[in-house]
Amino acid sequence: MKNGEASRLDDLDRKIVQSTQAGLPLVSRPYHQIADELGTSAEIVMTRVQRMLANGIIRRIGAVPNHYTLGFRGNGMSVWDVDDELAMEYGRRIGELDFVSHAYRRPRYLPEWRYNLFAMVHGKDRAEVMEKVAQIAAMLGSDNRAHEVLFSTRILKKTGLRIGQS
Amino acid sequence: MDDTDRAIINRLQDGFPIADRPYRLAAEALGIQEQELIRRLHAMLENRQLSRFGPLYHAERLGGGLSLCAIRVPVDDFERVNEQVNAFPEVAHNYARDHEFSMWFVLATETPQRIESVIREIEQATGYRVYNMPKEEEFFVGLKFEV
Repeated sequence: MKNGEASRLDDLDRKIVQSTQAGLPLVSRPYHQIADELGTSAEIVMTRVQRMLANGIIRRIGAVPNHYTLGFRGNGMSVWDVDDELAMEYGRRIGELDFVSHAYRRPRYLPEWRYNLFAMVHGKDRAEVMEKVAQIAAMLGSDNRAHEVLFSTRILKKTGLRIGQS
Repeated sequence: MDDTDRAIINRLQDGFPIADRPYRLAAEALGIQEQELIRRLHAMLENRQLSRFGPLYHAERLGGGLSLCAIRVPVDDFERVNEQVNAFPEVAHNYARDHEFSMWFVLATETPQRIESVIREIEQATGYRVYNMPKEEEFFVGLKFEV
């Protein structure tokens, strides 16, 4: 399915991805500027962007806030062990919480790694993150078999994802 | 950051227009001028209150591979492993975390198949097992961050 979606991207789509993945030009007519760079028309660029938005290649267009500089300095990766049968339902409910930015189901590696749900929890500091984690724990109740919060201690590397180059 | 900046962040996380003059449309909805919106976005990117502004792409749907991986690295071996892992261009982000699973990184590759081979190469270089934890399901909302 994913390959099928990718194969719908042609050369022009890929060029649009490459020229906008660092951001949309901050000029009055950004789609015209992209079109000029790529030697096409703004109408065509807008049609392609609209299509990529419609089929989910673009998740959304807008501002991506930086939690850390906006004062949410206590970001914790909370990990949860819940029954596989319940993981979808709880994943959805955790993902809807306003202090959770991302939630995923991931594979376990028993016995070393028992957790199958991951949720990034944001708060002003670690204490606030732990309060919010407690709210998730309360929601899961006895279906929460175990959980932990992993705080980042250091950013070792951070480069933008370089995508759409093949 | 003032109320207008906050309104921009709260209201422009999704649904930015695809139009001839999208900043003008968005600015009108916020009750400000086009040039003021552009100037404020520029400033918030500059001082990193915004990580970026524009289309947010779904990496896997572009045909690439993406996965979260973890290694249990002992403290006294951490710097060596850190250097070796970061040397791989496929490692996009890498974080130290306060856990026995102490190193967490995101692999981004040209093709999904390449993930496994990069993992083998990292295991050979470092001598540690790499735990591959790709997302099996995504519960992605992430649009409601309010300031």
